[in-house]
Amino acid sequence: MKSKNNILKKLANKAYEFGFVSKIKTEVIERGLNEDVIRLISGKKNEPEWMLEFRLQAYRYWLTLEMPSWAHLSIPPIDYQAISYYADPLKKNNEGKSKEIDPELMKTFEKLGIPLEERLALSGTAVDAVMDSVSVKTTFKEELKEKGIIFCSMGEAVQEHPDLVRKYLGTVVNYRDNFFAALNSAVFSDGSFVYIPKGVRCPRELSTYFRINAANTGQFERTLIIADDDSYVSYLEGCTAPMRDENQLHAAIVEIVVNNNAEVKYSTVQNWYPGDAEGKGGVYNFVTKRGDCRGTGSKLSWTQVETGSAITWKYPSCILRGDNSQGEFYSVALTNNFQQADTGTKMIHLGKNTKSTIISKGISAGQSQNSYRGLVRVSKNADGARNYSQCDSLLLGDKCGAHTFPYMDIHNKSAVIEHEATTSKISEDQLFYCNQRGIGTEEAIGLIVNGYAKEVINKLPMEFAIEAQKLLSVSLEGAVG
Amino acid sequence: MENLLEIKNLHATIDGKEILKGINLTVKAGEVHAIMGPNGSGKSTLSNVLVGHPAYTVTEGEIFYKGKNLLELAPEERSHEGLFLSFQYPVEIPGVSITNFMRAAINAKRQYLGQEPMNATEFLKMMREKRALVNLESKLANRSVNEGFSGGEKKRNEIFQMAMLEPTLSILDETDSGLDIDALRIVAEGVNKLKREDTSSLVITHYQRLLDYIKPDIVHVLYNGKIVKTAGPELVMELEERGYDWIKALNN
Repeated sequence: MKSKNNILKKLANKAYEFGFVSKIKTEVIERGLNEDVIRLISGKKNEPEWMLEFRLQAYRYWLTLEMPSWAHLSIPPIDYQAISYYADPLKKNNEGKSKEIDPELMKTFEKLGIPLEERLALSGTAVDAVMDSVSVKTTFKEELKEKGIIFCSMGEAVQEHPDLVRKYLGTVVNYRDNFFAALNSAVFSDGSFVYIPKGVRCPRELSTYFRINAANTGQFERTLIIADDDSYVSYLEGCTAPMRDENQLHAAIVEIVVNNNAEVKYSTVQNWYPGDAEGKGGVYNFVTKRGDCRGTGSKLSWTQVETGSAITWKYPSCILRGDNSQGEFYSVALTNNFQQADTGTKMIHLGKNTKSTIISKGISAGQSQNSYRGLVRVSKNADGARNYSQCDSLLLGDKCGAHTFPYMDIHNKSAVIEHEATTSKISEDQLFYCNQRGIGTEEAIGLIVNGYAKEVINKLPMEFAIEAQKLLSVSLEGAVG
Repeated sequence: MENLLEIKNLHATIDGKEILKGINLTVKAGEVHAIMGPNGSGKSTLSNVLVGHPAYTVTEGEIFYKGKNLLELAPEERSHEGLFLSFQYPVEIPGVSITNFMRAAINAKRQYLGQEPMNATEFLKMMREKRALVNLESKLANRSVNEGFSGGEKKRNEIFQMAMLEPTLSILDETDSGLDIDALRIVAEGVNKLKREDTSSLVITHYQRLLDYIKPDIVHVLYNGKIVKTAGPELVMELEERGYDWIKALNN
């Protein structure tokens, strides 16, 4: 169709609407990584000795590692000495102590649709807003506290709730887990800390919004969620970054502990800057996310809509340790232009009668590469384990790639494992059918892709679902051709 | 009466092969035209060219619709201007409910006409009314477009969409194919209920049976890319009795 090129051009220009840079005075430490830098970060955060030890131990281990190369990704060499590991956008007073929020910072989050004033909050979501290395503000903290819920930045948790942090930090994702986990454990900065006490159903959606603003910095946030017995929480995560020609590194860890009969829903709409249409710039998103369903009857579900980042390396996983525990993974990963994604999940069945569900929908366009990589492991003692996996790929155009790498490692004969996979294309006939009904090609692609991803989108909380639908349309419209 | 559609010396190709070899046809507001002809004569090509299917190339000739040069309009603009095709083989669009699909279609048209999007209440009311008109069960409306539909359900869904979009000129491309007699009657009754004094139809069919229900004013026979005969409704019976061989013999 002759209009296609125009549509593509138009979209390349409007596709990333969060690419602006805010002018905020930001304290950025010198580039490079060594033990002094780690001591500096720990000192800035006023951390106790054990926390510094934790970091140093991880750093020393990291030095012995090499970056993993098994993923279906082509990652240019990363100079870890060229990155600054700490950037603080908060204002300091004369003593350099008490910190204020720059009005420009408030404006930035407003522009991103994340008002930091509680009266402006949408649908009662409590927000922890993180820019670069620092949590800027956490809303509804006091109200949640009345129910015994702790929702604060990681830095604050280390100060205010050291016993809880010490008890759980690193118990789901050990610093020895992988290269990026070791790096994160050494230099991590603010993410969110959540503790839901026994029997409490969290009355609000909790969310963290991550924004990278400063140039030449990495973001290494760390999030820890603990759902005690019989509790429930739904947690959302969103992320954006400015358009820059250099690549920026984001290496986070999320750890979740789910105790007896507790339930955690973790939703992500990942929209880091994906780079331009020629593949220049964009965020490297190398993330370790894992939940440990320790309790009997515990439940964890991951839902992710991944449209951003130049490279994504991410496998949100569930360890189904408790009997009758359940893990779910619902994913839509969209890649366009030169984006690469290698994403999926691990479901580790350890307890009896554990159940897992994997629904993965990959969408590839442009010259992108999109891989699903997933592991289902059933251990010897995990009687009655069940897994259902469905991995679908949708291709737009003929220059992109979709790959599926399902691994199964089954050590118990009673396991019931089902796996389905499909690959499809948007056909000219589908587009023409929409055109004939008056729906333009751009909108038709958005409609068809959203239809394809519906099963996953439906798992998101309402407002996130609407945002995700828009994102899918904007990231792809006109990409056929 | 005013000319709604004027086709002049239309030539069209697909994959470099000429299928339409000089079609001339005029449809006035309010008329029902039947286009009959043996398989491979170019009937479906004609309907696809009218709605701007990108696989076909117009190499010669002109088409005027409401006095506008139709060939200059994009397929979606032709739709907004009131041109509707009931497809011979409607495609499936998995995961997209008929409700969402129709809302996108209606609002695209309204935007084209400079109107506000239809509000949800009004839209759902319209859905209910039009569904009743063509006997489309409510559970079908919540399903994905054509996904897992029977042949009859697909055609009924086409006529339902036609009811929603209220076209000025509707083209029914082999709407009777794959339908049993009951489904055919329901679909044809739907079409008849939608007929207004100022709307016209092109009914493309191989057999006479659909024309037992939808009465044409004028009947054309398309053969080898040209209209070789035009007459009144009595031609339908003649073709039914004599087949197409005599037409072929006259034109070879």
